[in-house]
Amino acid sequence: MSESIETILTLKDMETHFPIKKGVFKRTTGYVKAVDGVSLEVYRGETLALVGESGCGKTTLGKSILQLVKPTSGKIIYNDKTTERDLCRLSQKEMMEVNQKLQIVFQDPQSSLNPAFTIFGSLQDSLKAHGIKSKSERRKIIGDLLEAVNMRREQMDLYPHEFSGGQRQRIGIARALSIEPDLIVCDEAVSALDVSIQAQVLKLLKDIKEERNLTYIFITHDLSVVEYISDRVAVMYLGKIVELAEVEDLYASTMHPYTKALLSAIPVADLDRRKKRILLEGDVPSPVNPPSGCPFHPRCSQCQDICKTVVPELKRFETNGNEHYSACHFAEEQLSQ
Amino acid sequence: MKDTEKKKTRLEKKFDKILIREDTGLIKNKKGSRAFRKLMSNRLAVAGIIIVSVILLASIFAPLICRYDPLKLDLRNKLQKPSMEHLIGTDQLGRDIFARIVYGGRVSILVGLGSALASAVVGVAIGAYTGYKGGLLDKIMLRLSELVMAFPQIILVLLLVTIMGQGLRNLIIIFTLTGWGGIYRMTRAQMLSLREEEYVQALRAFGLNNFSIAYKHMLPNAVGPIVVNITLSTAMFILYEAALSFLGLGVPLNIATWGNIVNIAQDLRYLQFFWWLWVPGAIVISLFVLGINFIGDGLRDSADPMQQG
Repeated sequence: MSESIETILTLKDMETHFPIKKGVFKRTTGYVKAVDGVSLEVYRGETLALVGESGCGKTTLGKSILQLVKPTSGKIIYNDKTTERDLCRLSQKEMMEVNQKLQIVFQDPQSSLNPAFTIFGSLQDSLKAHGIKSKSERRKIIGDLLEAVNMRREQMDLYPHEFSGGQRQRIGIARALSIEPDLIVCDEAVSALDVSIQAQVLKLLKDIKEERNLTYIFITHDLSVVEYISDRVAVMYLGKIVELAEVEDLYASTMHPYTKALLSAIPVADLDRRKKRILLEGDVPSPVNPPSGCPFHPRCSQCQDICKTVVPELKRFETNGNEHYSACHFAEEQLSQ
Repeated sequence: MKDTEKKKTRLEKKFDKILIREDTGLIKNKKGSRAFRKLMSNRLAVAGIIIVSVILLASIFAPLICRYDPLKLDLRNKLQKPSMEHLIGTDQLGRDIFARIVYGGRVSILVGLGSALASAVVGVAIGAYTGYKGGLLDKIMLRLSELVMAFPQIILVLLLVTIMGQGLRNLIIIFTLTGWGGIYRMTRAQMLSLREEEYVQALRAFGLNNFSIAYKHMLPNAVGPIVVNITLSTAMFILYEAALSFLGLGVPLNIATWGNIVNIAQDLRYLQFFWWLWVPGAIVISLFVLGINFIGDGLRDSADPMQQG
């Protein structure tokens, strides 16, 4: 996996802060630090899972990459094999070109399709905008896409409310595929579906990825899904990445106490091997005033004095020859436990 | 066997009927717009369309159906009761009331519908874009509309009439200038809630331009309340025209309008003893407004793809 890897997307110190405005004059009294200094490399052809509790900034990170939410600072460098471009500094016209390569699949199948248009009606404009002028050609492309997501060609003339949740989610995937992107951000793409349909959609995503040589950034809070679909996993906590590793390494040799707690929450269907559950107390702290030092220290069972004052860096380690990053002062001690 | 048949609900029976017709090949894929078919299957809407079109056609072809000139005075025959000679009688100056109502429709409908449509075009055009885009332009337009709406409308209208002068075209322009605020704010509010929907973000992720997203993709979802609002404001503007005419600042009193006709009821003597002077006019106004409202409701339902027709 590690030989001849090419990065497709590089995030450098990316921050997305939302101002909090109060009072008659809308003075800014603080910031919600939804994404707070994330640096990350995504390799071409991989599936990078982004996991974490709700409210830790996963979705904001995904939307910031596509510029649906404007990042406050930092760089997002997209490499389309020939040039490298910083997405935060593109004009609208240049962004349009990049949009052809970056797409997103949304969480909520209810609101992700326009109720006033048929499937053909809502999908055709994006094709038109990207240069496919003849209507018959657009119908053919959309029909092919529907077949690619295991639906029938004729269904393009139906309205969204005539479909089930799983079908709608597959239409959402078809829409993202329609202009042949390189990278798709799947924002909780299967969370709203029930388990049997989840499996179906996940398999579809995996097949399409191999067929079309795609890269996924797969945002989810469900760790059992992660194991199935992803190559690497980034664990987020309070807008920061706390651990990043190949999926087997993350599960086998965890180097951050937060990841340990998350992993212990996966139900295991084996009575003899029942794991000890690490219970996290309290909620995620407010991203308005994150705790000093390590953001995880108020909830960490192994918290020491240094954790309360010094912010841990995301340090590089190696596990089985693969890179493994962890933002814990006692990352190596975690392995022995 | 008998039990299961008993348990069938009305809906199930309806579906069974449809199934049978489908099997025998009676139901084909219908051609034409689905929204239009839905509108036509709505009885109230059809009734509204009939009422409105009868009144509208009568007004347009007024010279063909009226024997009298609505402006011609005939003082010898004043205050005649309804008869074969004068279908609804004559007024205090001997003018034929039927002719006045039919000709009056031309002006009243033009003012009402024209002002409502013009203010809807202005309000929706501004509201849809600024509501979706937000930012400085949105703030400026919002304050501007508040300014217009906070001012008592009738005083503003009087002021503008005095400045611009009386006349039909000026009246429509003035009603548009003072009346766009309501529909603008409603459209904007609709857009504010729609823009958080994920399909809008998906369109943005495709890099579509703002105009296309706002007007083509989001606006159809907001069209229901807008249409209802247009019908309601048509009624309102017709009444407004009546009120202004009464004050002598609307359409000049010698021209027949529904407002001018009904305003005779201000005089207690006519109100008490000469009902035919004002009752027919009032009925026509009510019928027309009611018909427009029926059409508006029908349009709202047929524009909603989630309702079966």
